[in-house]
Amino acid sequence: MKPSAFEYECPTDLNAVLGFLGEGTDTRILAGGQSLVPMMNYRLVAPERLIDINRVHGLDYVREEDGQIAIGALARHGDIKASALIITHLPIMAEAYGWIAHAAVRNRGTLCGNLCHADPASEMPALMQVLGATMVVSKSAGSRHVPASEFFLGTYETVVGADEMLTEVRIPIPEAGTGWAFQEVAMRKGDYAWCTVAATLRVTEGRITAPRIAVAGLADHAYRLEAQEAELDGAAPGADVFQTVAHAAAEAADPPDTEQISADYRRDLLRTLLPRVLRAAVGRAGH
Amino acid sequence: MMKTAISFTVNGRTREAFVPPRMLLSDFIRHELELPGTHVGCEHGVCGSCNVIVDGKAVRSCLMFAVQADGSDITTVEGYSTDAGLHPIQQAFWEEHGLQCGFCTPGMLAAAKELLAANPDPSDEDIREAISGNLCRCTGYEFIINAIRSAGKAMREADIQNTLQPV
Repeated sequence: MKPSAFEYECPTDLNAVLGFLGEGTDTRILAGGQSLVPMMNYRLVAPERLIDINRVHGLDYVREEDGQIAIGALARHGDIKASALIITHLPIMAEAYGWIAHAAVRNRGTLCGNLCHADPASEMPALMQVLGATMVVSKSAGSRHVPASEFFLGTYETVVGADEMLTEVRIPIPEAGTGWAFQEVAMRKGDYAWCTVAATLRVTEGRITAPRIAVAGLADHAYRLEAQEAELDGAAPGADVFQTVAHAAAEAADPPDTEQISADYRRDLLRTLLPRVLRAAVGRAGH
Repeated sequence: MMKTAISFTVNGRTREAFVPPRMLLSDFIRHELELPGTHVGCEHGVCGSCNVIVDGKAVRSCLMFAVQADGSDITTVEGYSTDAGLHPIQQAFWEEHGLQCGFCTPGMLAAAKELLAANPDPSDEDIREAISGNLCRCTGYEFIINAIRSAGKAMREADIQNTLQPV
């Protein structure tokens, strides 16, 4: 339960961080450490070198820019959860934070670190896809912008290369009148999800428009329910259509079957939570 | 192994040390600073027993490296009481039987201190939320909730400002 030895660097500016990453050593970024350090304590990972970014200036922001909320690599969950910008513009995120970890973990853990850790049952990868976030992935040579829907590759796996770092997440502020909802079932409060469902949509002249739904806990990474979104787009909201899409989504899901919780139970959760989420989102949408 | 020089404040005292980067803050506090009141339960961030206050926030000391505490202000359970006696939160845990074996207590106290500093009059739901990241295997939690509620009341009545800085 003790980490193996590693070299430690603690640069104070981002260029130095990206320079270290480009050197090719087996290097990990240490941000909040709330996932990395447990894995190091268990020796599931034993990086040769840690680059601690906690003293890098100017990375801990949550700010509004050009109709988007930009969140820096060092913005911690607790600060994001309490941010007036998030509460005002991204209430679905504020709500989801009620389900994420515990105060002492949120005090250290960062959103960008959570997204790079890419736990299959983590909530924020689903939310980033629902919200259409853009991930700013940087290296010394420059940055690239990756849509959240293309960022997650599998369990603990993202498109971020060994010489790259997720430096910022940009989340478009949803249009006025957008309805939203988030629901989850987990074994204990703050635990990873057995099933998470998040959705945003609008209701125009009695019809659902622009539905976006994402789920977590059902596969090796969070994913959008694109077929069900297509079915809902233009439909009149109602219990029947919600049930239909929930059954279709559950049939299409291929969740893990574990000793603790069966695949069938996870499908049942999706069948139950999805109609609730859609009903709540429609209820919040401006009509 | 390379050691790194750090300096920090613990319970109001300035200290300096050389630490290997791999040393967890929890082990550093217990074995190097000889402050064994910080308890180490799970060592992977689940149980909350090792919670200490770093720069005004409750954190898992098993999920920080000691090198990261360079320049920080750390308060452990040893820093809560004064010559005048127990901190009101500790007193309330005593009076309300908020502990049996005491293993989780330092972490519970850190969570309670953080809660009451931000919210001097918490609802029971607020208290449950605040200690949701701390496991207790003895009390069934009810007495801990009673203790934190009672501590809040005592501190409001005595007009005690609960800060997260060392006394």
